[in-house]
Amino acid sequence: ASAQFQLAVPVAVVFTPGSVPGDLPRPLPFRDVQEMEFSVNLRTSITSRYETVYRSSTAQEEAALDVATAREADAALHPLQDASLGSLTVYMVPETSSLLPQGISVYVGKHRSALVRAGGSLAALRTRLQQLTQVMSFTASSIAAALSDRVPNGQLGPDVRRHLKSSLGYEITFSLLNPDPKSHAVDWDIEDAVNRYVQPVLDKLSLVANFSVDSQILYYAVLGVTPRFDKESSSFLLSAHSLPHVINPVEARLGSSAASLYPVLNFLLYVPERSHSPLYIQDKDGAPVSTNAFHSPRWGGIMVYNVEVPASSQASLPLHVDVDMVRVMEVFLAQLRLLFGLSREELPPEFLLESPGNEGLADWELDRLLWAHTVENIATVSTTLTSLAQLLDKIGNIVIKDDVASEVYRAVASAQSAMAKLATGHLHSAFQASKEAVTSSERAFFDPSLLHLLYFPDDQKFAIYIPLFLPMAVPILLSLAKIVREARQHKKEPTKMD
Amino acid sequence: MAAAVPAVCWVSAAAALLLGCCGAALASSVQDQAEQFFRSGHTNNWAVLVCTSRFWFNYRHVANTLSVYRSVKRLGIPDSHIVLMLADDMACNPRNPKPATVFSHKNMELNVYGDDVEVDYRSYEVTVENFLRVLTGRIPPSTPRSKRLLSDDRSNILIYMTGHGGNGFLKFQDSEEITNVELADAFEQMWQKRRYNELLFIIDTCQGASMYERFYSPNIMALASSQVGEDSLSHQPDLGIGVHLMDRYTFYVLEFLEEIHPASQTNMNDLFQVCPKSLCVSTPGHRTDLFQRDPQNVLITDFFGSVRKVEITTETISLDSDFAGFESKLPKDELATEPLKYAEQLPVAQIIHQKPKQKDWHPPGGFILGLWALIIMVFFKTYGIKHMKHIF
Repeated sequence: ASAQFQLAVPVAVVFTPGSVPGDLPRPLPFRDVQEMEFSVNLRTSITSRYETVYRSSTAQEEAALDVATAREADAALHPLQDASLGSLTVYMVPETSSLLPQGISVYVGKHRSALVRAGGSLAALRTRLQQLTQVMSFTASSIAAALSDRVPNGQLGPDVRRHLKSSLGYEITFSLLNPDPKSHAVDWDIEDAVNRYVQPVLDKLSLVANFSVDSQILYYAVLGVTPRFDKESSSFLLSAHSLPHVINPVEARLGSSAASLYPVLNFLLYVPERSHSPLYIQDKDGAPVSTNAFHSPRWGGIMVYNVEVPASSQASLPLHVDVDMVRVMEVFLAQLRLLFGLSREELPPEFLLESPGNEGLADWELDRLLWAHTVENIATVSTTLTSLAQLLDKIGNIVIKDDVASEVYRAVASAQSAMAKLATGHLHSAFQASKEAVTSSERAFFDPSLLHLLYFPDDQKFAIYIPLFLPMAVPILLSLAKIVREARQHKKEPTKMD
Repeated sequence: MAAAVPAVCWVSAAAALLLGCCGAALASSVQDQAEQFFRSGHTNNWAVLVCTSRFWFNYRHVANTLSVYRSVKRLGIPDSHIVLMLADDMACNPRNPKPATVFSHKNMELNVYGDDVEVDYRSYEVTVENFLRVLTGRIPPSTPRSKRLLSDDRSNILIYMTGHGGNGFLKFQDSEEITNVELADAFEQMWQKRRYNELLFIIDTCQGASMYERFYSPNIMALASSQVGEDSLSHQPDLGIGVHLMDRYTFYVLEFLEEIHPASQTNMNDLFQVCPKSLCVSTPGHRTDLFQRDPQNVLITDFFGSVRKVEITTETISLDSDFAGFESKLPKDELATEPLKYAEQLPVAQIIHQKPKQKDWHPPGGFILGLWALIIMVFFKTYGIKHMKHIF
């Protein structure tokens, strides 16, 4: 189905005194709209509109910027900004300002603002702005990845379309694997860790979907691969190419599919056996991985937690192990971000990103997720309804129940409203509308009454009824013919009666 | 003069060495890229294994399906991702001289039933309607998760069907059929909703190739045990059990799969060579025109196993362990809940002492009325209407 998306991003560029470039076309304040179009395939295109307002700073903003570090400035500026989802505010600071460290030209804060070092002409400013919006809102490739089933094969690599699909809910399961309970009595305070560290992140993500969390401990669950002993480091190593085979034997024990129909994300913490300690994961070049963890797209992540070998070998077994949940959660939450597609790896060199702290992700990262999910939802609704219409065209005598019809109408209305809101820059309501549209369209498409088996195709009708009625019909037709012949004969001869 | 020549030789040798190194580096990067390109983009694997025949003498169809189930489990697909449909129970069949076993090799060498078989659709639940519901996802909301095919656009699905078939149809349970047109339409519905990334369809029935003739959705590869007009033959009877244990095609496929382990690099072209006419008597066929990748580059484990793509985690976030923000969350958990107790499961006292329920009187309906009307009509027809006065 064809779809032309218009994504509008409201951007405000605030000039502090001393940062105004010399060659502005008009005096401040003024508006500017930049549009860029790129097409995903013949019938799907995305137009991004950056509606930029250039203005000078207010006294409050200048006071907020009059602090020592960029982080404090970001915190002070937060209440003064436009807090709606999808919008960006860029503060230009003078070239000589000490807010930004040496060598850094752009500082991206935790919320929806950035500090940019002014320098030079309007053209340079525009380039910076473009780089910034690419990082903070969406890029052509992030939207194309959301529309991955419309991209012609070969354009996106097979690795790109691996982020979690947009769904109404996700279930997260934390599992502790203890293959050697005789040697290690492992204790992990998962409830406290979930409340402290995981819940804030999930609260931030609650806008995107419903999350439910559970945890379990599995004993005598072993990895599918035997690690190699490395004499130089006197430790055991798992090489990168054996990692794919680790997950399968464990997966059968995880019980991950019993509970709900939402996609499940599994985070496993593996405490190696005493005979295989310490265990390190090697990457492709043979170097040990600092996090000692790996993840699988759309599945979850595994981290190996090594227990320190006690100094005296006469320590009584089992050793009591108290898991350091901070270290573990740092890795698991980073893996959660990666599974959702929030990566901080590819950045232009002079950018500095503020760490989001315990919230797990910055507001603008949430926006990135919402842009991608909204577009994905709308595209899914369009594909689903089109294929439903095609199914109904093909099978002429299918019966559409009233509630299926009302779901279809609701899906269409919500999708149109979502597209309209995207075009005006209201990301929050666009996302909500797209979620409603997806729910309705899925309910309509997967309605159990739409099974085409239940409806007679025409050739089956002939095949069933002809052998039944043809033999019966022969004597009836013959006798009808006889009656007609007799009537005609009777009419032809005048009455023979005297 | 003499010094110049070795110098030239040395320079050219060095140049050749350098070129060689560059060439090797280039070749390895090209090979990486090629590897990258030919890898399938799937992240999970599903299998739908269907045996459509009932009755004891169709033991071999159940054994076929269970052998494939066993191989698929061994290579890594978990039960939660396998939908196993068996139309009859052979292991606990009263005619089975070795109860709780299903053998696939004569002399009872290999018991494919094992002790962790999870059958999702059993006996009379294996119908064309349920099969199509599983494939298309149009399942009533009360269906448990183990009976659903929850695949997404990154799933590779293996569909294996066996039973009795003919030109263009497959017989289910001796009472209904699924046609190749219906199957092709079901796959198209799956494609429309992107319920698969790639699909491998294997069928072991008579005239099996007719079942994949009508496919028109992309990314499907199909294998069949015999061409149109040929019968697929069974392999070997076991005199102790009294029936044929396996079909030839699946027997040789099972032997082929026993050599595959999760890390093997065997590709589909080898699977196409399994069971040539000399062994199988029928001619196995395959269809790859709808498939995007070259079968040479498709690994057996892409469909039969579950080799996940992994990435090393290199990023971490930093958490502040003294974060006081969570204190405010505690009051939410402090709802006082009353202790739960079970409802009375069987209120014996009530049942013993209850009085018989007064049933409301309903006028006779339908059949009884009709029967009586018939009797009365016959009576008056026989004896005449004047007898009515004796009644009123």
